[in-house]
Amino acid sequence: MGMTLDKEARQGLTLLSPTALYALLMLAAPLAMVVTFSFWTQNYLDIETTLTLDNYREAWSKPIYQVLMIRSLKISLLVTVVTVVLAFPIAYFLSFHVKNRKALWLFLITVPFWTSYLLRVFLWKVILGYNGVLNTALMELGLIAEPLTFILYNANAVVLTLAHAWAPFAILPIFVALEKIDRSLLEAAEDLGDGPVRRFFRITLPLAMPGVIASTLIVLIPTVGDFITPKLVGGTDGLMIANMIQIQFGKANNAPLGAALAVSSMMIVAVISLIIYAAGKKFGGRVQ
Amino acid sequence: MAAIDANDIIVLSDVTKTFGTFQALKGINAGIREGEFFSLLGPSGCGKTTLLRMIAGFDEPTTGTIDINGKPMAGISANKRPTNMVFQSYAIFPHLSVAENVGYGLKTQKMPKKEIATEVDKALDMVDLHGLGDRGAHELSGGQRQRVALARALVMRPKVILLDEPLSALDKKLRDQMQVELRSLQQTLGITFILVTHDQEEALIMSDRIAVMFEGEIAQLASPEELYRRPRTKRVASFIGVMNFLDAKLGSQDETTLTINIDALGPVQVPIDIAPAGLNPATIDAVGIRPEMLTVLGDGNDNAEHKVEGEVTGTAYYGDMTYYTVQLPGSGEPVTISMRNTAGRSVLPAGSKVMVRWGAESVVLFE
Ligand SMILES: Nc1ncnc2c1ncn2[C@@H]1O[C@H](COP(=O)(O)OP(=O)(O)OP(=O)(O)O)[C@@H](O)[C@H]1O
Ligand SMILES: [Mg+2]
Repeated sequence: MGMTLDKEARQGLTLLSPTALYALLMLAAPLAMVVTFSFWTQNYLDIETTLTLDNYREAWSKPIYQVLMIRSLKISLLVTVVTVVLAFPIAYFLSFHVKNRKALWLFLITVPFWTSYLLRVFLWKVILGYNGVLNTALMELGLIAEPLTFILYNANAVVLTLAHAWAPFAILPIFVALEKIDRSLLEAAEDLGDGPVRRFFRITLPLAMPGVIASTLIVLIPTVGDFITPKLVGGTDGLMIANMIQIQFGKANNAPLGAALAVSSMMIVAVISLIIYAAGKKFGGRVQ
Repeated sequence: MAAIDANDIIVLSDVTKTFGTFQALKGINAGIREGEFFSLLGPSGCGKTTLLRMIAGFDEPTTGTIDINGKPMAGISANKRPTNMVFQSYAIFPHLSVAENVGYGLKTQKMPKKEIATEVDKALDMVDLHGLGDRGAHELSGGQRQRVALARALVMRPKVILLDEPLSALDKKLRDQMQVELRSLQQTLGITFILVTHDQEEALIMSDRIAVMFEGEIAQLASPEELYRRPRTKRVASFIGVMNFLDAKLGSQDETTLTINIDALGPVQVPIDIAPAGLNPATIDAVGIRPEMLTVLGDGNDNAEHKVEGEVTGTAYYGDMTYYTVQLPGSGEPVTISMRNTAGRSVLPAGSKVMVRWGAESVVLFE
């Protein structure tokens, strides 16, 4: 007979199985490939399949990879902070001050998705460029004499572009968490003597923490591995680890090293995510 | 309307509240005395919560004023008022422990940690939650949550504690117990309590005075006993307990006495001062008699002054009491009569011919 499952569990599994199968094929299989690759060696045109840790040794010791990894983390953490800090007031406004048209506002937040990401990055190029919209406007207004150069082809531009791109993803989880807060809790806090600011830090923020953590992870994890944005607006000192991984798989023709870099950055991101999750839990207190 | 005293801790003057075009409160005037247990009683939607929230400072009156402790409260937000609220949903902070919940307001006041701990322990003792300070909010039963909410308000030592249907989520047994506990706690501490409830029994048991509200107005403000014995209107009478209404007309009147002809019972003389102030006796069309003021006599051998023949049409047995419905002479509605089931008194079956005894002093007149 083997395992017996009750009806509900079997139904659930049946419903899940197409998704599970798809996820297995599309996610787990390539991942397994990458992990396997990272223990092999590239010999010009063919691959040596003896298992080795050499790729990892190189990935973790060579300064260029360290620099790129640290820069990637810095940029994506900065992007995350900027995005979440910008998203919070919007979500707060939506949840607490919009009375009738919440659905419409949520819909408007998705408007940027109506064009492709590539197009939006190009738009930022147009805005931030040497002869771009921003510089021209500021010069016309006489606020600057020379075009600003620190706004394109560097890390700042990457942060700005990514933050803008990810804001909607950050707004929604925070909005949902804020919506779930029982309004009588806020009244109770006020009743017990808290002004708006104290109340925000003692009640609203801790209770919104699950949403803030979700937003943080949603933004942080993919941005560490982003390569389009740094490529288009990052210049040379805006390059990130994913650009290097791409180079290894492509021009440099060293897939095993690329794989080792990819696996390493994945592990680092995983550790950081867990730390953030744990910290958020602690700050959010006993709330489930 | 009860006169407003300058010493009242809360004075409501012509308080109205309008939501859009809907007038939820239509001119509330009342004074709440220091140290009393005051109840706002009324059916759902009559504006009790609205009024309580305006006293707490979560809402401002559309017109009119609220004074607390001699100070006008206009523009003073909830965190600056000498009131604390026990919410209907209890509003226990889910991310804090019981002790942190109870000490919440003291922390805001920057009281030293040690003192907070002492105060919190005292408050938890008061509500019988000794030793539960470390529990999380989600580890509490409904009754315990209620007590935490109460302790959280008590610990602030406010002038006034506001309670919005604090017991409505509890089961009957726990509710009965909490009614007694709340009342005795209030009497021990001497803090003014304002309770919102739609449960007339709860209001009667707990309160010093009750304001009965209908549709945004106070219909009567009086002690439980006066409300029960002398309801001013038929509506108040039927909201508080059970009342039999009997068709009646004024027979004659002099300086001190009204003679009223009750269709089912015959003429009766009542002192004129039982009539609500301002009543024109000529407009009387009915009188009220409570079920316990009527007595069913099985054999009819009784030398009472007022008695009348009737027929039992139904009985409802409650253990300690039996409720009879009895058809009196004439075509009026049958009356309800309650009888204690004392030793030796058996329940009469429907169809029994009985004598019903009543007293002139039990007659109630309405506006
Ligand atoms: N914010 C609001 N906007 C519009 N109408 C409201 C608002 N708050 C209350 N009302 C209306 O005012 C009336 C009184 O409401 P309130 O909550 O004071 O009733 P209540 O006496 O507490 O009733 P319940 O016993 O059901 O709690 C109701 O008809 C309600 O619909
Ligand atoms: Mg209410």
